[in-house]
Amino acid sequence: MAKNWWKILAVLIVMYTIVAGFLLPVPRLDILNETIRSLYFHVPIWFAMLFLMGVSVYSSIMYLGSNKAKQDIVAVESANTGIAFSVLGILTGMLWARYTWGTWWTTDTKLNGVAITFLIYTAYFILRSSIEDEQKKARISAIYNIFAFVMMIVFIMILPRMSASLHPGNGGNPAFGKFDLDNTMRLVFYPACIAWIMIGCWIAQLRIRMEVLSKKILYDETV
Amino acid sequence: MLKINVNSYLCPALNFNHFILLLKKEFDIEFRQKTALNGIILFVLSTVFVSYLAFQHVIAPNVWNALFWIILLFGAIITASKSFLNEQKGRMLYNYFIYSPREVILSKIFYNSILLTFVSFLTLFLFSIFIGSVVQDLGTFSLILFLTSFGFSAILTLMAGISVKAGGSFTLTAILSFPLTFPMLLVAIKVSKLAIDGIAFSVCLQYLLVLLLLNLIVSILSFVLFPYLWHD
Repeated sequence: MAKNWWKILAVLIVMYTIVAGFLLPVPRLDILNETIRSLYFHVPIWFAMLFLMGVSVYSSIMYLGSNKAKQDIVAVESANTGIAFSVLGILTGMLWARYTWGTWWTTDTKLNGVAITFLIYTAYFILRSSIEDEQKKARISAIYNIFAFVMMIVFIMILPRMSASLHPGNGGNPAFGKFDLDNTMRLVFYPACIAWIMIGCWIAQLRIRMEVLSKKILYDETV
Repeated sequence: MLKINVNSYLCPALNFNHFILLLKKEFDIEFRQKTALNGIILFVLSTVFVSYLAFQHVIAPNVWNALFWIILLFGAIITASKSFLNEQKGRMLYNYFIYSPREVILSKIFYNSILLTFVSFLTLFLFSIFIGSVVQDLGTFSLILFLTSFGFSAILTLMAGISVKAGGSFTLTAILSFPLTFPMLLVAIKVSKLAIDGIAFSVCLQYLLVLLLLNLIVSILSFVLFPYLWHD
């Protein structure tokens, strides 16, 4: 119980953000209207995804330094969970775009960046599945993971700043800047970010434990 | 317990003579065999000719632009994917003991970028003959070609190394490198459209700087990460 308090906290906060997110008042902005509530789910999910990818690339760097199998498992399972979160992020974004932009998907730098991030990490998993030897797999995929992470940051942080984008937060569109987010929204948005990151860590932790156990059972290796 | 100093083991000092020797070796092998160069020339020639037959007439600048970069991207991947394949086992082992990995990756990146620059200018030349020359600002366009050649070679050389170590095929190189080349490719497509339309250089400059920055990022990444790949 002493170790599990943060999981309970995460679930409670997510439940709070769902209830409060749908019930508390939001500022009336043109076009956005009620769809602004998507902010409570879409953005925290992306933050959780970025956090998990960060954990993944950190363990990849650590793996290259230490060659500990545990680091590799952490890297791949966080990336796995991160990819699942990115699918959720894309789906919530698409739902929002349908009612705000009138279309599920459109050509936009930020959206393209996300799609290509998805491709990059899919390539990472294909690379992993094409190598038999465990140590070789771990090292080569760690190298690719570091490269992939930097490219992802370039793609979703740097390139969208360079060109016109419809996405909130770009080109003067409203986002969670100081002028658009009022205090009631902050009350829901910030806890939501923390809670979704914690949920992501929990899922990744479960996957890591499963992987460690299966290694122990299958190969009799203690990781 | 035996403890190896990882730093001195992974990155001994760069020796410039070694770098020149390795670069010369790449050219020697290339001119002895000529398969890679001839293969890539034939690839570019036939794809440009197919596009010529398919389009018949002079095409719109943005179609020209898209077609040019698609052909160039595939050409680059084909060129760079060979960079570790023509190393024989014995020579690989010899290089492993004689040279530091940093020297190997630097020489390969430079060799590939020279080759890619040649390929991109050849593509430009063939495009001008068969499909029509639409580029108004040739100076800026050449600058873009130099920058992307170097950047592509930095990405693709490392990816070719990864897929060779993974025992993979050409397909694996393509799958791994396609998404990674996209940032550079998208910026290049955007700025080359400006160069085609003859927009003032000062407008292109910010995109060129981004290309330069991307070049810097990918070459540092390749340079830092390659030693971990090289030491099996």
